[in-house]
Amino acid sequence: MNDREHMVRLAVREHMVRLAVIGVGNPHRSDDAVGLWAARALRRRVVGTWPSGWRVLECSGEATALMDAWSGFDAAVIVDAVSAGASPGTLHRLDGVAESVPESFLRCSTHSFGVAEAIELARVLGELPGQLIVYGVEADTFDHGEGLSAAVESAVPHVVDRILAEIRSLI
Amino acid sequence: MSKSKRTRTIKVDYLARVEGEGAMYVKIKDGRVADVKLKIYEPPRFFEAFLRGRRHSEAPDITARICGICPVAYQMSACHAIEAACGVVVDGPLRELRRLLYCGEWIESHTLHVYMLHAPDFLGYDGAVTMARDYPDIVKRGLRLKKAGNAIMTVLGGREVHPINVRVGGFYRVPTRRELGGLVAELEWAREAALDTVRWVAGFEYPDFERDYELVALSHPDEYPMNEGRIVSDRGLSIAVDEFDDHFAEEHVEHSNALHCVLKERGAYFVGPMARYSLNFAKLSPHAKEAAGEAGLGPSCRNPFRSIAVRAVELVYACDEALRIIDSYQVPDQPAVEVVPRSGLGHGCTEAPRGILYHRYQLDSDGVIGEAQIVPPTSQNQKTIEQDLHQFVTPRVELAKDDLTWQCEQAIRNYDPCISCATHFLDLQVDRE
Repeated sequence: MNDREHMVRLAVREHMVRLAVIGVGNPHRSDDAVGLWAARALRRRVVGTWPSGWRVLECSGEATALMDAWSGFDAAVIVDAVSAGASPGTLHRLDGVAESVPESFLRCSTHSFGVAEAIELARVLGELPGQLIVYGVEADTFDHGEGLSAAVESAVPHVVDRILAEIRSLI
Repeated sequence: MSKSKRTRTIKVDYLARVEGEGAMYVKIKDGRVADVKLKIYEPPRFFEAFLRGRRHSEAPDITARICGICPVAYQMSACHAIEAACGVVVDGPLRELRRLLYCGEWIESHTLHVYMLHAPDFLGYDGAVTMARDYPDIVKRGLRLKKAGNAIMTVLGGREVHPINVRVGGFYRVPTRRELGGLVAELEWAREAALDTVRWVAGFEYPDFERDYELVALSHPDEYPMNEGRIVSDRGLSIAVDEFDDHFAEEHVEHSNALHCVLKERGAYFVGPMARYSLNFAKLSPHAKEAAGEAGLGPSCRNPFRSIAVRAVELVYACDEALRIIDSYQVPDQPAVEVVPRSGLGHGCTEAPRGILYHRYQLDSDGVIGEAQIVPPTSQNQKTIEQDLHQFVTPRVELAKDDLTWQCEQAIRNYDPCISCATHFLDLQVDRE
């Protein structure tokens, strides 16, 4: 496929695929908010350039609310904070449709009925979007308070780049 | 060595389906329960300190951040306390709208607990995901019911989580009759779904367990309590909200980051849906009373395992009440009553989904908060949960480790404990000596 064909294909797909990027987190528990920060940074980056069926959403991560957030979309990219033992700011990627999400992976970000449960419950009920990618940003701290730790904050632009690249590959 | 003299340690590092971070420790020595501790690890509350120096108008939004499940409760108790300090009473359609918002939160919170967190215990599943494999339609019903609560929060609160439309004195913007009318069809479906929920949980098998709790809830002469009423108990307590500190005391215990709240005269007490129900049965709607009767619930209940049925009855009530309010709604002239700050002390107490939530604020003449006190339902139930476990484990000490652990977790989940609120993880440890 040459570039022009690719552009045309993209243009058509863009208008057919309903896509959501969902930032998950609690703005008052420091690095837990990184999903929300990434969503806001992405929104600033793409404002006015995305087709109408594409959305950037924010969600607390409570399972049923998250299932509501992605309902009606063909593809979803979720960004959340994780605690997987890597260095702060490290980006993890999971294909939510192809693999099950380990409960421990995302547990720290909300209470015990969160992102992992939403994905697994939706899988059982046949309510997963056609494509679902989860990006987990390794957090440094989940203490009370607003604002991200330095390592996590500096990872945000990189997270946005990766999401944009992911979207290109999804459509 | 005989079995009863062994020391056994049962430990669950993480108690699932409980909001927040804490642990439960049970020590069994010579076949008897020697010690029970509900440990709450999360850092001590900082919200009360954070409120000092802030404007009176900021209290509802700041305190709403304490909990993602019951932000309305925090907003409501904060508003009532600040308004009391300033000598303002919010009445008429604004009062009705506050009640409608609370109905939305009760529907959301109760549905989440009944369907996703508590029902798996009774049906023998480790959680909603595995339960959904065998009961997909029931889980889908729960998801839709919860969404009906979300819809109220969205129309009235501005958004589903952490509503932003609430202010001291009322709202920033009030809905039109047409906007509220848009909720009716789904709420009528929700009422039927709530009735089906009561029938569903009525068929569960409940452990034979009752205790002589002192049940504490709000009570109001004309309505099932949400925003307003006296604080009453089944042992004769009947006080105005501003007398709370005369009768209740918060105590620090070594093993918990959350203060324990006790009745000064009698110690531990019970707050939550079972107390609210037992003290206010007569004020339920006819549908809710009838559903309770069909489910085999009398006008009072002292088996905390049956609290799932009580929550289901309250779901019926919340749908009925929401529909009543929407039907009779008249748009108020102003979205809020003006609240002019004055120096003084204000108290507020409302019925959060998990029980009474008390707030107290000291304001100066400019409306700046000098001191704040917040007593959430789970802090009040901590001692009662420990006592429940003590009595519950005693006849079950010989149970296999996994069985006992699982049953103890269930006994804790009866309270839908919100440890995020109480301090702000729960692992379970049983030591046998």
